[in-house]
Formats: sequence, structure tokens, C-alpha cells
Amino acid sequence: MASWRPDPSFYPSPRMAAKAKPESLAYVAAFDPDRSKPDAIAVVDVDPASATYSQIVGQVDMPNTGDELHHFGWNACSSCLCPNAPHPHMERRYLVVPGLRSSRLHIVDTKPDPRKPSIVRVIEPEEVAEKAGYTRLHTTHCGPEGIYVNALGNAEGKAPGGIFLLDPESFDVLGQWEMDRGPQQLAYDFWWHLGHDTMITSEWGTPDTFENGLVPEVLLGSKYGRRLHFWDLHKRKHIQEIDFGEEHQLVFELRPAHDPTKAYGFVGCVISLKDLSASIWTWYRDGDKWAVKKVIEIPAEPADPSLLPPVLQGFKAVAPLVTDIDLSMDDRFLYVSCWGTGDMIQYDVSDPFAPKETGRVRIGGIVSRAGHPGAKAAALNGGPQMVEISRDGRRVYFTNSLYGAIDPQFYPEGIDGWMVKLDVGENGGIAFDDKFFVDWPKGHRPHQVRLEGGDCSSDSYCYP
Amino acid sequence: MSPWLVLAGLGVFHGLNPAMGWLFAVALGLHRGSRRALWLSLMPIALGHAASVAVVVAAVVALGFVVELHWLNRAAGLLLIGWATWQAFGGHRHRVRVGMQTGLAGLGLWSFLMATGHGAGLMLIPVVIPLCLAAAPAQELTAQGSLPLALAAVGVHTAAMLVTIAVVATAVYEWIGLAFLRRGWINLDYLWITALAASGLILMI
Repeated sequence: MASWRPDPSFYPSPRMAAKAKPESLAYVAAFDPDRSKPDAIAVVDVDPASATYSQIVGQVDMPNTGDELHHFGWNACSSCLCPNAPHPHMERRYLVVPGLRSSRLHIVDTKPDPRKPSIVRVIEPEEVAEKAGYTRLHTTHCGPEGIYVNALGNAEGKAPGGIFLLDPESFDVLGQWEMDRGPQQLAYDFWWHLGHDTMITSEWGTPDTFENGLVPEVLLGSKYGRRLHFWDLHKRKHIQEIDFGEEHQLVFELRPAHDPTKAYGFVGCVISLKDLSASIWTWYRDGDKWAVKKVIEIPAEPADPSLLPPVLQGFKAVAPLVTDIDLSMDDRFLYVSCWGTGDMIQYDVSDPFAPKETGRVRIGGIVSRAGHPGAKAAALNGGPQMVEISRDGRRVYFTNSLYGAIDPQFYPEGIDGWMVKLDVGENGGIAFDDKFFVDWPKGHRPHQVRLEGGDCSSDSYCYP
Repeated sequence: MSPWLVLAGLGVFHGLNPAMGWLFAVALGLHRGSRRALWLSLMPIALGHAASVAVVVAAVVALGFVVELHWLNRAAGLLLIGWATWQAFGGHRHRVRVGMQTGLAGLGLWSFLMATGHGAGLMLIPVVIPLCLAAAPAQELTAQGSLPLALAAVGVHTAAMLVTIAVVATAVYEWIGLAFLRRGWINLDYLWITALAASGLILMI
């Protein structure tokens, strides 16, 4: 597996990565909400010069049903060039694909033909539970000690959720990552500041509170996650907890600045119990502590209750439901998915404490059902959800499903999957690419997108 | 060839390897936006390397007083070949204990661990044994005789390594830039493993 030169998709710094050539393929996780046929990783042609542009040109099915593919990541990335733990001669080749519901881990080989990926190893949930003590596998990142995978439940499916390590060459489960977890119990996302030796984790809830859909009592009782946790990345020790307060529920996707000298990042909070608004928070270094500040608040939109799903009828408003965010490689633009209202908003976050809106499109949405120039149907359901940005920041891709059991709570008639692409202006501004609308094949819903060679949430860097 | 030249040559070889520290010094310089941080980093990196090498040299010389030279050569040869095999077939991933916020002591520890894990000191054994343990004609092998030689061996190796990391780190920081890593960072592990195995064979023969 070792090569003579570093993998050409590894870049020392985000500045260099932003000059990478445009991607030609996207890998997209697709799952069957009915759990009757296998989930899959689909390969979408994203090369505008290709005859099969915006079409699914390949697919690898999982060996079982009911995995609920969700997030996934690469076996190796630019962090392999870090000076303290150099492994530059790895290949970015394998996708690490966990099943969120099944807790099964799949290793997918994207070579020799990147359009025909194949499964080379399956690690059964029993093995993960035995060796790492975790289930409900969620997000993966390639990093200094190998492949990090987080999980929302322990071996019994209860708290604490946490992180475990996977050997990046053999893919053997190495064991639990945390050496001292302090007060941390709930898990959702994780990432790090390699330049500041800091891991950050966020919170959703225990599997029993989401696997059959969100539980209104848990939500209204502020019992879902509302904290950030900061860790010493190398001592693997919990160092600080920040509570967003009772009002805030579901602290989700973490997007640290790509520039390793910067010690700040952004996290989305899905919903406020006070007014259904969603919010974006900046975490930052304040003296010798970490601190947070709410920098964006996206209000709920008043709506006719007859157009709302039962969970929202009493509120007479549609919540924005910010379920994913993503930060461009130059740390300039933050993209915010409002899965409820159907907006995808672009903010200039050059000043991380004073974001300015620079673009907005609407597609789908609980009430708006906004269309797309490339779609056959006039009204679309689902809303902007998992969002991914090309390394050069000129293209943004997103899909419309959140989670099998939660989709029908907000879109009761079900979700017809789609994937779309935005073109980004030189100085901001976003617009749909009319020619890119993937009408997702019935029976599957698309979730996370990963771009060939890396994207804005796959790699981390040690050099500015 | 003069054993001193070989020791210095190995110092250059070790110094050139980005995994032995010059790259860490460059990263710290870039990260803190300071040339001074780069220069300050070089010393603990060299000291950590020296400590790792010194442990091996001390062990070899100490063993040389109790084990017959013939057997010492054989045992050391086996150890080197074993280490090369381990490097070739695994043992690449370890706990990462030191990160970008490290202080100078952490950097020294890091360098010590990297040099030890890669078997930097082991590579010197074929030179150290004849240099420090071969009694000159009409002169008995004594600790008083070997100790200064052993210290000098570590000193020469480390000095060459320090000069190399200083030159490479400065060149990359000031002029070449890190983009060079994308093509120029060839797999020195291959060379390294070959060097370890070759040293082992030299000892066995």
C-alpha cells in the first residue's frame, strides 16, 4: 500500500488544497428507509464535460439490509503529511462506511476503477462492540493516529457514545479513543484543530431517543444534547465542557477553521425551544479557555397549520432546522442547510464573529416545496441537508434526507430523494446549476456526499 | 572509509528524513509565524536524537566488555535485521503523544521516540563496534579508552544531523516552500529499511 511519493491528493495546507483540480466524481451514501433492500454508495458523475454529467454512473450495494448509511470518510488524507505523525506514503483509496443503525462498518475500495467501487472488508457490529465498546457508528475522520470513528451509543446502545480508532492499513478495530471522558455522555459529531492539539465533540442523544424518531417529551424537556466538549487530542482527555443552555437543543455539525493556526470554528444548533429558531455558534480561544458566541440566528417562519406536519402544527410556524453546515477551504464562506424552510444560505465568515449573508437559494421545504429548473416535478420535498463544498470553493453539492425515522416527522408523505449542485460566484453568491438535478432512484434516499480526492470536510492540515 | 566519516554521513542521512525533525521545525516556524521558533526547535530535536543514539551506543559498548566480540556482532546483526523486518511489515502507527502546541521538552521527547522507533542508533552499530571495542595492538580494551570514543561518535553523528536539519529546515522555510513535499517527499522508509538490513548483514558477515 505504501508508495514512492505522497498521494497526489494530499496537500500540506488548505491554501494549496484550494488549488486542486475540480472533482469529477462524487460518492453519495444512499439508504432504504424501509430497510428492505441494501443501502449503497452511489457514484455520481460531476464532470460537466462528461456525457453522463449529473447521473449515477456506479453503485456498490452493502451486503446486508437496514444499515442506514449516513456519514463516511477516507482511510487517509492530508493529515498524513503532519510533521509529528508523518505517514505520507499512504493512499487515499478506501472509503470507511459505517451503518448508523446496524453499527456495521464497511471498507469500500475505490480503485482500480473509481466508478466501480467494491467492498473489501466488513466489520460486524459485534466486533466493534467487543473491541471498542461502541454502537451506532456515525462519523469518520482520518487523523494523526489513524482512522477515527465516532458512535452515538455504547455497547448496550446507551450513553456514553464516543470515539474509537481503526488501523488505517489493516482496518482492525484498535479500541476506544477516550482515556478520560470527564462528564461527556452524548455524542454526535467530532473534529479537531490539529494546530491546537484539540478535539471537539458535539451532542445529539442516546439511540433510544432517536431511532424511532425524535421524542417530543425529550426535546421539550431539553434532554437532547446541548453541549460542546473540548479534548486534548493527544492525551485523549476531556478538558472543557460548554453548555449552550436549556433553550438550545441538538448541537450538530462541527466545522473548525481549516487554517491550523486559527483557533475557531462553527457549530450549528438545530432548534431553540423558545422560538424554534436555529443558530450558528462560533467557538474560539479566549485566554487559556475555549468559549462560544452565537453569531447567527435564523428565525422560524410563520405558516398555516394545515400545511404543517403534526409536530409543528401547534407552533404555527416552520422551524429552519439547521442540520448541516460546511466551511469553504479558505475559511471564508459558511454554508448553512435549513432542512425545514428549504433554504441554503451562504455567509461570509471572514470575520467569524460577524457573518454576513452573501447568498441564498430555496429548494423543497416543509411549506415552500420549492422547485428546481432541472426537476420534472414542480414541487419538491425534503430540504437542503448534507452539504459538501469542492476544494476550490466553486461548487457546492447537497442532498435532502436527514434520517430515516425523522424524515416522516417533518415530511409525512415521505421524501423523494434528490441531489443538486450550486455554482459559487468569485466573491460569493450562489445559484443552481440548472443541468444538475439528480432525481434519486425510488427506494433510496441520499445522505452524505464525498468528493473524489477530498473535499471541505474530509481533510485536515498541519501547515498554514 | 574513516568511521568518523560514516558516522557523519549517517547523521546527514538521518537529518534529511522529514520524520526525524526538520519538518516539525518548519511547521512550528510557520505555525507561530516566527523564524525564531524554527531555530529554537532544532536544538531539542538534535538532543532527542542524540539521546536515542547514545542509549544504543552505551548499551553496545557496555555489552562489549562482557560478551565476546564475535557474538556481539552476530546478536547486533540479528537485531538490526529484525528491526528492519518490523519496519517493513508493520509497526508504523503509534500513539501520537506530541502535537503542534508542544514545548521544547515535548519536542525533545518526540525526537527521542522517533529516532528510537526508527532504529536510528541501531544503524550506527557496525561503526561503533570496531571503533569503540577494537583494542589497539599492545593496548588493552578499557572503559577509559572506549568512553571518549563512544561520546565522540555520538557527538559527530549528532553534529552532522544538526547541521543537516538546520540547512534543510531553513531552505524549506525561506525559499523552497512546502509545496515541494507533494512531489519531493520520497519514501525514505524504503531506504531506511534497506540501510538497517544492510547494517545487520555487515555485522553478521
